[in-house]
Amino acid sequence: MKVALFLTCVNDTMYPETGKAMVRLLRRLGHDVEFPAGQTCCGQMHLNTGYRTQAKHLVKGFAETFDGYDAVVTPSASCAAMIRDWHPRLAPRTAGLASRVHELTEFLVDVLGVTDVGAYYPHRVTYHPTCHSLRMLHVGDRPLRLLKEVRGIDLVDLPDATQCCGFGGTFALKNAEVSAAMCADKVTAVRETGAETLCAADNSCLMHIGGALTRTRAGVRTVHLAEILASTEEEPA
Amino acid sequence: MTSQNAMPTYLGMPSFPDAAREAVADARLRGNLAHATGTIRERRAAAVAELDDWEALRESGKQLKDHVLANLGHYLRRLEEKVTEAGGTVHWARDAAEANRIVADLVKATGETEVVKVKSMATQEIGLNEALAEEGIAAYETDLAELIVQLGHDRPSHILVPAIHRNRSDIRDIFRKEMPDAPADLTDAPADLAEAARRHLRAKFLSAKVAVSGVNFAVADTGTLVVLESEGNGRMCLTLPETLISVMGVEKIVPTMRDLEVFLQLLPRSSTAERMNPYTSAWTGVHPGDGPRDFHLVLLDNGRTDTLADEVGRQALRCIRCSACLNVCPVYERAGGHAYGSPYPGPIGAILSPQIRGIGSDVDASLPYASSLCGACFEACPVAIDIPEVLVHLRARAVEDGPRHPVERAAMTAAGWTLRSPARLALAQRAASASRRIVAPRGRIRRLPGPLNAWTETRDAPAPPKESFRAWWARTDGGRTDERTEEGQ
Repeated sequence: MKVALFLTCVNDTMYPETGKAMVRLLRRLGHDVEFPAGQTCCGQMHLNTGYRTQAKHLVKGFAETFDGYDAVVTPSASCAAMIRDWHPRLAPRTAGLASRVHELTEFLVDVLGVTDVGAYYPHRVTYHPTCHSLRMLHVGDRPLRLLKEVRGIDLVDLPDATQCCGFGGTFALKNAEVSAAMCADKVTAVRETGAETLCAADNSCLMHIGGALTRTRAGVRTVHLAEILASTEEEPA
Repeated sequence: MTSQNAMPTYLGMPSFPDAAREAVADARLRGNLAHATGTIRERRAAAVAELDDWEALRESGKQLKDHVLANLGHYLRRLEEKVTEAGGTVHWARDAAEANRIVADLVKATGETEVVKVKSMATQEIGLNEALAEEGIAAYETDLAELIVQLGHDRPSHILVPAIHRNRSDIRDIFRKEMPDAPADLTDAPADLAEAARRHLRAKFLSAKVAVSGVNFAVADTGTLVVLESEGNGRMCLTLPETLISVMGVEKIVPTMRDLEVFLQLLPRSSTAERMNPYTSAWTGVHPGDGPRDFHLVLLDNGRTDTLADEVGRQALRCIRCSACLNVCPVYERAGGHAYGSPYPGPIGAILSPQIRGIGSDVDASLPYASSLCGACFEACPVAIDIPEVLVHLRARAVEDGPRHPVERAAMTAAGWTLRSPARLALAQRAASASRRIVAPRGRIRRLPGPLNAWTETRDAPAPPKESFRAWWARTDGGRTDERTEEGQ
């Protein structure tokens, strides 16, 4: 199986550790992954801000880059949902490729058939199910099934977990006050858990919540799910 | 054509973010809204969970509405025929001005100067009360929450709970000041407030000769009109006066009586979280010695034909005004209803108002952006309106036809140009990495320049890493060689 990593523009630029964790994790599970150099962005920011023409160019670029792969795996539920849901609407010919794109937890559970990935992460962790992972991609409990198998982990429930954190891409800038109010409630919920680590399947939401956590000196780190799953005793995250 | 006065924009309405600012800063309002919507949300989830065929019902509701919308001309003609046969008179109104003129003339023809009203979204949409006032006709709202809003010289802020932003001491103060027959020692106990309103309204019902109502459903096959309500005040309006004038949006049709079965399950559970609403009134034309002697139905287009012409946007016309989307919306919960600048607040308002009114004003161009696209509204909608899809669709229209935002346009164009080429993206990443020591000496950014400052008002921004993933991949052959070099630097 020829597997390509679609890291997404945000992770590539701002969160390279998530990409390295993906590579480490998949190799440990006996699979290799390629990083097609032509990749850039799925077009979500442009589409969701109303710049449809720009988005279409990026959709086309994505299809050209990934067309030859059996599977594409990405550490962003939001971008996976964009590709799965919107790419075929913007460019009908991409429907075949879109169905071969998997978010990381879907890829592990559905394609590779594993939930115990041999991870070790001895911390108190809470999980935020991001909106697009929940309601567009319908990843369900896959992330939690993976997390429950991590050795040493103390997994605690997040109150009102399914409430949006208020990121929403350019929403965070266009409606900054409402976004900040939503984030403040999410931060309160995270602090109530007493967790040291907040994890999610999307670094964008974590960037938003994490920015408020450090601003309020909450002492909670934000870590992408992939980094927890890649973490071992020999190579801790 | 969408006319200028399709739906009055609340006077001087600023764009959504500006209007929301005040509500977000009002801790008491936010507390009230969070409590109220939280309670309704939980009750609705429980009411929906009782039915094991909810998804099938939802699909039926969606398909029935889509079928009616696809054959609207046919069903409207059928409805007109049946209402006329039953002794009613049908009037067609292109827009708000025409509808208001028709109603005002009908009231004037009776010689009356007062009308009682059962809560109606359509008449709020067209600003009927204000239009009647200009003609010297006083319209009295009889729904308790609408009465509170009206006496308070206020605007409704929720479809189902129009006074959701008011607490009971506010209501006591409003009644004492504005309700002439309220007891002087009125307390803020709910039972006392309800009793005061009951006495006040009872006098109105017994003297009113003309009533104005909305319509929840119109059955094309029989010409039957249906109103669902909780208090029984609507039933008083529908049965006691001599003349009844009902105003409905053209999309409110169901083909047959049997189809009501679907909607009488979907609507109450979604809106009040009840298995069945307390009062369901259905009437067909006029009957000697029973109910109004004169019945008029005003069929309102007001931008609906334009909305229907839009392949993606037309699904907004499936809406049965249940308000489930408001109650689950995290943005509504913080911003309140007034910020949406129309009688239709929340997610449905964000897609309906810009379609009915066009996207020309500040508030209408900002409404499609009044969402984080979290999708909770779509999940809750009993007729499966994909609100996020329509929001994204209308955003594209706002960019094309709305007010210009040169800074945003330049930024999006630049970002698009950079992202269209991996080489240019790599270059931008190197520039970001190089800036890390300057912009973020301690690993996070406390203040971003220009419009990005909206981010760092309340949140830190992450510092760009030393090396992008793509640069690391190229340097280490995908991590196979020389991984230690960068870490040792």
